[in-house]
Amino acid sequence: MGGYGDIQLLRDDGLRLDGRKLDESRPVSIQAGILPAADGSAMVTHGLNVAVAAVYGPMEAHPRKIQRQDRAVIDVRYNMAPFSTSDRIRPGYNRRSREISKVTAEALESAVLVERFPRSKIRVEIEILAAEAGTRCAGITAASVALADAGIPMRDMVVGVASGKIEDTVVLDLDKAEDNYGQADLPVGILPNTGEIAFLQMDGDLSPEEFDLAMEYNFKAAKEIHEIMVDALKARYEGGDN
Amino acid sequence: MSQGRSGAEQRLVTPGMAIGPLTGMRVGSGAISHNDEIIATKLGWVRELNGTISVDPINSPYLPRSGDLVIGTVAEVRNNLWFLNINGSFQGLLPMSLAPWKVEFGQARQHMDVGDSALARVQEVDECHNVVLTMKGVGLRRLSQGAVVEVPVNHLDRIRGENNANLDRMKNISDCRIIVGENGRVWIDGDDDNISWTREALAITKQHGHKSNFDSIMKKHEKTFTKQGDA
Repeated sequence: MGGYGDIQLLRDDGLRLDGRKLDESRPVSIQAGILPAADGSAMVTHGLNVAVAAVYGPMEAHPRKIQRQDRAVIDVRYNMAPFSTSDRIRPGYNRRSREISKVTAEALESAVLVERFPRSKIRVEIEILAAEAGTRCAGITAASVALADAGIPMRDMVVGVASGKIEDTVVLDLDKAEDNYGQADLPVGILPNTGEIAFLQMDGDLSPEEFDLAMEYNFKAAKEIHEIMVDALKARYEGGDN
Repeated sequence: MSQGRSGAEQRLVTPGMAIGPLTGMRVGSGAISHNDEIIATKLGWVRELNGTISVDPINSPYLPRSGDLVIGTVAEVRNNLWFLNINGSFQGLLPMSLAPWKVEFGQARQHMDVGDSALARVQEVDECHNVVLTMKGVGLRRLSQGAVVEVPVNHLDRIRGENNANLDRMKNISDCRIIVGENGRVWIDGDDDNISWTREALAITKQHGHKSNFDSIMKKHEKTFTKQGDA
């Protein structure tokens, strides 16, 4: 959160700079099964973010020290392509990608029935091709669709959504300017059918009332994105059925 | 499996979707119970049969079971055993004692080396998913000729058809020897052109196996073989 107080992020008519309402998400489109070499894959376009996820496995977990005798481990590798932002990103793992890989793995582990595959590993590769704030959420959504596409059993699909605060106003789905110059960011992983929260991070400060409103926005957006996820999976297999 | 879907039964569900009430119903494969409801855990078609609701998955990893006929590829050779890639989470272990040959300690590589394919049967799977294979049995052997093609495990029933009708028809048309492994690998042996046609048929299964009009797509492909033969 940049917290530059003099930068105007809301227009005089109450709308945001890109014309969205406070509780309006950026357009989302999802395509399942885009990579033939992967066991499951998906591409999520969320605003200007483009995230591709590929799932491989379950396979024997290597090295053996990461094996769990009673369940599978989910090995997530989140990476931003060097060309994903206007400033070139240095290729390779860094502190931020390690953190996002870890929280994504933990979010997915709460949805995947990992106890079905003891000593195994499910490898999830998330590549961000274009970034405009909210890449971890787009990555989680893409990974969930890819896991479903790979036939990995899950209690529910995790949907990544985020709300935040700009100019003391709670808004849904921050874009790049709002993320850079806003006051708070609240990315959440939601299991929409059960209403459970798989992961939650908060950057900046929100009052309890603002937090409740932000979560209300997040749950609303999660339901909408979940429908798009379901449609994407159905479109892959129902298309041309008759 | 995916075949036999018709009419009202045809309902595609995604993980987390409620597929029916728990009361009076049993939970089958591909589903779990949660808060008096049955929830799908996989992407697939809902099937309700004899009071059991289950989901026939469209994609699914191969989970070995005792007695499965599998086509494996040798991944590692030790002095007295082989490790075979059987398209599952774990490699299958084939000990010297369960090989069809008299193997002396240290001579395993002379019978089967890395990269060789073999037809084997799953002898045992323990609770940690360790797989022991056997090649002692009628027809179990090293596959020294032909081609091995991978297909989705969930489409094997489509390849076979009811009472193996589809598979028999494919064998008759192509004049190939075809063995379908439970692990989603199919071995084909015959003339090059015939193998090529059979590979195309399996590629069609891979692409269209989940569709209700699969049989008509396959029949169209069968006609192409006759035309090739006539020409």
